[in-house]
Parts: sequence; structure tokens; C-alpha cells
Amino acid sequence: MYLLVIVLPLFSAIISGLAGRWIGYYGSSLLSNICVFLSMFFSFFIFYEVGLSGLPCFITLSTWVNTGNLLVNWGFLFDSLTSIMIVVVTVVSSLVHIYSVKYMEEDPHVPRFMAYLGIFTFFMLVLVTADNLIQLFLGWEGVGLSSYLLINFWYTRLAANQSAIKALLVNRVGDFSLILGILVTFCTFHSVEYNVLFACASAFSNYYCNILGVSVHSLSLITFFLFIGAVGKSAQLGLHMWLPDAMEGPTPVSALIHAATMVTAGVFLMIRFSIFLEYAPFSLFVLTVFGSLTALFAAMTGTFQNDLKRVIAYSTCSQLGYMILACGLSNYHVSIFHLSNHAFFKALLFLSAGSVIHATTDEQDMRRMGSLALFLPVTYSLMLSGSMSLIGFPFLTGFYSKDFILELSQVSSYFSFNLSYSFFACWLGTISVFFTAFYSFRLLYLTFLNNSNIVRIKWFIMHESSLLMLLPLLILGLGSIFIGYLTKDMFIGQGSNFWGTSIYVIPQNSYILEAEFLLIHIKWLPFFLSVLGIFFVTLLHIFPLFLYKNVRYNVLFYQFAFILNKKWYWDKVYNIFLVKPLLIFGYLISFKNIDRGFIELLGPFNMSVLIPFLSRKVIELQTGQLNHYIFFIVYGFLIFFTLFVPGLIFDIEFNSYLIGIFCILLVFI
Amino acid sequence: MLNQINCIIFSTLLFLISVLGIFLNQKNILIMLMSLEMMFLTLGFNLISSSIYLDDVAGQIFALLILTVAAAESSIGLAILVIYYRIRNIITIELMNLTKG
Repeated sequence: MYLLVIVLPLFSAIISGLAGRWIGYYGSSLLSNICVFLSMFFSFFIFYEVGLSGLPCFITLSTWVNTGNLLVNWGFLFDSLTSIMIVVVTVVSSLVHIYSVKYMEEDPHVPRFMAYLGIFTFFMLVLVTADNLIQLFLGWEGVGLSSYLLINFWYTRLAANQSAIKALLVNRVGDFSLILGILVTFCTFHSVEYNVLFACASAFSNYYCNILGVSVHSLSLITFFLFIGAVGKSAQLGLHMWLPDAMEGPTPVSALIHAATMVTAGVFLMIRFSIFLEYAPFSLFVLTVFGSLTALFAAMTGTFQNDLKRVIAYSTCSQLGYMILACGLSNYHVSIFHLSNHAFFKALLFLSAGSVIHATTDEQDMRRMGSLALFLPVTYSLMLSGSMSLIGFPFLTGFYSKDFILELSQVSSYFSFNLSYSFFACWLGTISVFFTAFYSFRLLYLTFLNNSNIVRIKWFIMHESSLLMLLPLLILGLGSIFIGYLTKDMFIGQGSNFWGTSIYVIPQNSYILEAEFLLIHIKWLPFFLSVLGIFFVTLLHIFPLFLYKNVRYNVLFYQFAFILNKKWYWDKVYNIFLVKPLLIFGYLISFKNIDRGFIELLGPFNMSVLIPFLSRKVIELQTGQLNHYIFFIVYGFLIFFTLFVPGLIFDIEFNSYLIGIFCILLVFI
Repeated sequence: MLNQINCIIFSTLLFLISVLGIFLNQKNILIMLMSLEMMFLTLGFNLISSSIYLDDVAGQIFALLILTVAAAESSIGLAILVIYYRIRNIITIELMNLTKG
């Protein structure tokens, strides 16, 4: 049962990938749905057995690599953290499967799509269940690969190709860092197995490794490299550009990759290595700063995006920032709580957006929508509940995790005097609540409530999606309303022993109790900020005439919105200062000057020019004139007598012969 | 005086003159052949004088053999020259450039 959860999606992927030609649309849809649903049910059992009953399970299949110190097994580790992750992954994956049966109905390549979804789920499960770093890396790369395949699903589109390549390459930057992290781990611990690593971590808390004569705190270095890996995968600030661009794939793909599974891999990695992070305060600092900056940056960028899916993508980015922030403040269980909650409401938002896009016949620009609430009441209400959950409206799912993260950050900014950065992080996180509310409601207004800008012909064909698409939405909607409340005590309850040993927090870093006794107005602050955000966006979008002159065309506001719409010019800056110089370097220096220039000049090209040149010179000596030949004979004799005969007599050094011969050759040439 | 040094100097000078005769001659192939004959002569002269001074008969035997060889060589060379002339109607050295490299 444990392995079946992992293997079933692979099975369906192989069948529908290789035999898709014969089983067709219905066959592949049915098969992959059945497989992934079975996988989901088994993962519930695992959740019960491992998570609720507290029976972690290790399965070792066989040896993978066994050389010298290095022992890598095909091993699977099921602890509380893994059980949560596989539940999240399989639930969202199966809902996306059932959704994409209808959504991709008219696509000619459904078997391929189902195969990719299956591969993706499989690799994600390998990632979360791995019991060593190498196997985690297998899942990590596999997820990146299948994200490439999925984003590039409509491979005839140039934009899809570009953004798939971008996603893969930007991820590779992080993956490289993850490799470095694994190497440093192996150098330090001489093992890559989690059991060994986590058991020995505290013993290595003061271990310094020597790199080029500089001794570096080993755990800090490891966690720093792992964090850069997580930056790539979880789209933190700096390597976040691939996530919004990855919206070129089909919408279910966005829901799967960018809501629940792939981007959470980075956060999962951080939570998995909580014990390392605990002994590396510097990395905690980096995590906190990056997480909070990402949260604020992405939330601000999301405010003035006009693409429906891009807004949600930036909101994903922002929420991932919250998760990393929570990790940085040593509240890993809150982070994973937010992760699982976020999976529900973000998948809901993405799939609802897919429903909207489906209804408006592939219109993604929010400015060309409006008044859709009249036509898509179910989608509207679901999206409203998803958005409410996202902005942390009280007693919805997002409230329990997001506001708790904010409260914890407030606590840490007040109570831990050695963590001055958490003050910074706390206010950045709190301010981004405002923007979260702003863009969520801007999306709702522009799409569902404002006056319509849609082409009139589309009114007549617009319809609510069929039940096969609405069913996953309904399930996710229920989830995004109730899941937080239902699982709150399990995840972050006071003294909950659900996590067992899968998460480790140093006692002096844990101040979860203090969060309960915050001042009441601090606790209400995020709510008021979101209400403020809703208020502002309502002013802007519901009463626009009143504000046109004062706000809309205000230069400052206009410029600000413009920059936000252009995503702070991150892409442009990267292109100008990084991508283009690198491409030019690659072409001019390494290709033209070194490869085609220097090396070829020394190597084959030079030889192929030099030797014919020399031989032509020698050939030219043979003129066919008899007296020239005689000249050479006599000249040769003279050389022989002048150089060698005196040498034999007077013992001249050998080098001077060489010099003489060289001079003679030069003369000939 | 017919001492050893003089003989060697004499034959060497003659040899050099014959080498220069081949070397500096641009036009006439007959002069070249004559210089060649002169080379043989100087060699023979050198051998004979050496055999006298070393009191050894081998040098004279070699000189006789060289005379024979020179006679044969000049006859064959002249024969080649005649055939060449018959074909090309010319024996100027400058125009003998059919065997370019």
C-alpha cells in the first residue's frame, strides 16, 4: 500500500504515455483517474496510520549506489511530514486529473497530457517520500523535468516553449545549488541518509569545514545551499521569474504545479531539514529576510497584473514567501500547515480561473471580462470563498495558518531580542496582507462584478462548466473553507504530538505559546489591513468615475502602478545585466574567440594551413632547372662541411647545430 | 715540386674549378659534361699521387677503374644528350624544366 501510492501514478503515466494511441481519450482519462484516485485513498490510509496513529514507516527496497563511504538506498520514509505531503499531493493531483478530463476534452493530445500529469505526481511523491538526499534529488529533478513537459504541453506555441525553457533553466540554478548542498552534506556527514543526518546534526552543530582555506560553519553552508535550491523551486525573490511565466501551460497544470506540488517542494525541503536550520542561525536569518521580501514583493506585483492567471501566480509566490518566512522564524509546523491549506485554496483559485477561461473561450485578460457573476454563479461563489480564504478572512482556512504566521512574526519581533531582522520580516509580512486583499478583490471585481468588457458574441455561448469540472471545484471549495479549522489542532495545536520527530525546533526558538497572548489589536491588525485593502480596491473599481481624475491619472500612482505591472522590471534587469551579457559572452568569448578562435588556431585549423604552406614552399624549390638542383647539391655539401665537419673536430655544442638548421630552414622559407 | 701538398692543392683547385664549371654554367650542357669529366680527372690524379706517396698500389687500381667508369659514363651521357637533342631539338639547360616539383 505504501509503495502503491507512489507507483500507481507512474503506472498510469507509462500506460497512457506508451499505449495512449490505442486506449485513446477515454481510456487514458479513465485509467489515470482511477490510478490517481486509488493512490489518494491509499494516501489517506497512510495518513491515518503514519500521521494519526504515529507509526512512522521505513521501506528499503534495494541498494542503489554502494561505493566506499557512499551508500544510497532506494528507500522510502513515511513520517508525519511525508504523510501530510502525500495527502496534499495526491488530493490536489486527483482533483486536477478529474478536472482536466473535461477541461482538456477538445485537445487532441489528452493521453500525453495524462501521462505527464502522472509522471509529475510520481516524481513529486518520490520527492516527498525519499529517505535520502539523492533520491530526493531524483524527485526534485523529475519534478522540474515534468514541469517542463507540462508547461510546454502546447509545444507549437512559442511562448510556451520559451517559458518552459525558462522554468527549467531557472530551476536548474537552484538545482545546482542543491547539488552543492548534497556534496557538502556528504563531505560533512559522510552519508546522505536522513536517519544518519538528523541523528548526527546536533553533534555537528559546531563543525567547520574547510573550503579553500576558509573555514565555514558546515550546517550554515549546507542549509544555505539547500535554501538556494528552494529559492529556485519555490520561486523566492531572485529566482521567481519562472513562476508567472509558467502560466503558459494549460490551467490544470498551473493548478497542479504552481499551487500544490512543485513550488511546495522547496518549502518541504526546508521543513525536512528543520534540524539543520535550527543549528544554523545565519540560514534562518536568510530565510526570514528572503521569505518576507518575497511575500511583499510578489503581493505588490500581483496588484496590477492584468492576466487572470498571473495574478494568482504572484499570489502563490507571495504565499510561498510566507511559508519560507515561517520556516525562518523556526515555526516549521505552521509553515507546513500553511502549505497544505494554501494547496487547497490556491488549487481552487487556479481551477476556478480555468473555469472562467473555459467559459469565456480562452480569454485570460481580466480587462476583457466583467459581470461574469451573472453567468457563472457557482464559479463566482467558489472563487470568492477561495479569495476570502487567501486573504485570511476570519474562520476560513487561510485565516488559521496565515494569521498565525503573522502573529508569530509579531511575537518574534517583540520577544526575541537577538533577532532584530524578525521585526523587519514581521512588518513586511503584515503589509503584504493589504496587497493580498487588494489584488484578490481586484481580480474578483474585474472578472465578476464590474461592467462587462466582453465581446457580445461570447455572452450567448457562455455557460457554467459541466459537473466534471465543478466537482473538484466544490471539493476544493469545501476544503478551503473547512480544512483549516478541522486540522488546526492537529497541525499547530498546543502540545500536539502529531509531528513526532519529523520536525525539530530548539526550545528557545519556540514561542508558539506567546502568540496566543498577543495584544488584541495586534491580533486584529492583519484583518484591518485586509479590510483596508478591500476598501481601496472597491474605491478604485466600483466607483471609478469619482476617482478618475484624482487617483487613476495621478502621476505618482500611475507610475507606481506601471512599475508594478511591469513586475518591478526584474525580467528586464535580468535580461540586460545577466542573460544578454552571458549570451554575448558565450557567443563572442567562449564560442568565437576560444572555441573557434584560439583552440582551432592552435589545433586542427592551424595545422591544416601550416603544413600545406610549408610543403608548397618545399615544392617550389624544385624548379626543374638542372643548375638549381646542382646548386642545392653543392649548397648541401657546403652546409655539411661548414657545420658538421668542424663540429666533429672542434666539439661544437649540439644546440648550435639546431640553431644553424633552423636558420637554414628559415632561409628556405 | 711534386710533393704531396702541392698535388692535393692542385687536385682540389681543379676539382673546385670543375664544380664551379657545373655550378655557374647556365647555358651549355656540354660544358657541364666536360666539367664532370674534369672532376673524374682530378679524382684520378688525387688517387694516383696519394698512391705514390703512400706507396700503395690500390690507389692506382682505383684510378684505372675510375678512368673506365668515366669513359663509360661520358659515352652514355653523350648518348642521352643526343637522344634528348633528337627529341627536343635543343640542349640549352635553361629550357630543361619539364620535371618541376
